[in-house]
Amino acid sequence: MGAAGKNFWDGARAEIPLLVGVFPFGMIYGALALDAGLSKAAAQMMSSILFAGSAQFVAAKLFSDAAPALVILLTIAVVNLRHMLYSASLAPYLKDLSLKWKILLSYLLTDECYAPSVLHYEKTGVKPFSHWFVFGAGLALWSAWQVSTALGIFLGAAIPEELPLDFALPLTFIAMVVPALKNRPTIAAALSAGIVALLAYGLPYKLGLILAALTGVASGALLEGRKSSSRRTL
Amino acid sequence: MKVWLVIFLGGLMTFGMRFSLIFLFGKLEIPDSLRRALHYVPPAVLSAIVFPELFYPAGAFSLSFDNFRLLAGAAAILAAWASKNTLLTLFTGMVVLLVLQVL
Repeated sequence: MGAAGKNFWDGARAEIPLLVGVFPFGMIYGALALDAGLSKAAAQMMSSILFAGSAQFVAAKLFSDAAPALVILLTIAVVNLRHMLYSASLAPYLKDLSLKWKILLSYLLTDECYAPSVLHYEKTGVKPFSHWFVFGAGLALWSAWQVSTALGIFLGAAIPEELPLDFALPLTFIAMVVPALKNRPTIAAALSAGIVALLAYGLPYKLGLILAALTGVASGALLEGRKSSSRRTL
Repeated sequence: MKVWLVIFLGGLMTFGMRFSLIFLFGKLEIPDSLRRALHYVPPAVLSAIVFPELFYPAGAFSLSFDNFRLLAGAAAILAAWASKNTLLTLFTGMVVLLVLQVL
């Protein structure tokens, strides 16, 4: 297997634990979208074109409330705002790729694709075929999302509620973030973001998440800046 | 009609946000401080997703031994810290949660 193939499969494999949580989520979305009055085709195409779990749930809910198109679009924009942070964060690693690759990987850039990809880049740096890792992770997630949406549309929500499969997502994120907490700025970033996320939980449309993420990034950067400036004065 | 309009425009907008800074990088001067700050996006975003999942298990804040997700999450944090292994962490958290639910 070539280096491209190896990176592709490494990315797909890194995605597997996340799929445990994504699959039931996709099925629930499919069932819910039909409930909200969307046609089967529209429910499925929303998963392919919008391809953003939380935004799709919110959109389906707003469709069933008969909200105006402009309101739904604005809501989607706010819910997906965090993707700009991911875009900024991955940009330096993808800067030398062709426009075609940038477009493809941008389309696939979800929470679940971003997390393993950025950790991979931070661990190994940019290698000639690193972007195949992102592609592998993104395509694995994309396929699971399409298939699970289709299953949800055709089977309805046939998932037993006692099975806490949705818990797989935070657990996988724990597995990703805890080993990375190696210095004080990173720990401060994680803790402050977590605490603000708790305080801002009541805010609508994932605004709390965005506020928390920005607070975390700012505290990490501030602590790092203070450390390096005090080193300079010593 | 409205549904399809929202799907297409919403998709275009979402793609635009994902593509924006990947496309602009290099064309736009990004200050060094901002570039360093971006290293803190992963721990910040991931914690911001995890904390509410643990502390608001059913949509209401809970800091007690009845909050099984918080206990299972704490077990998973220990497992992640000790093993640095994703699947083992996932397994530990799931098993602890299932056992607590059954008991």
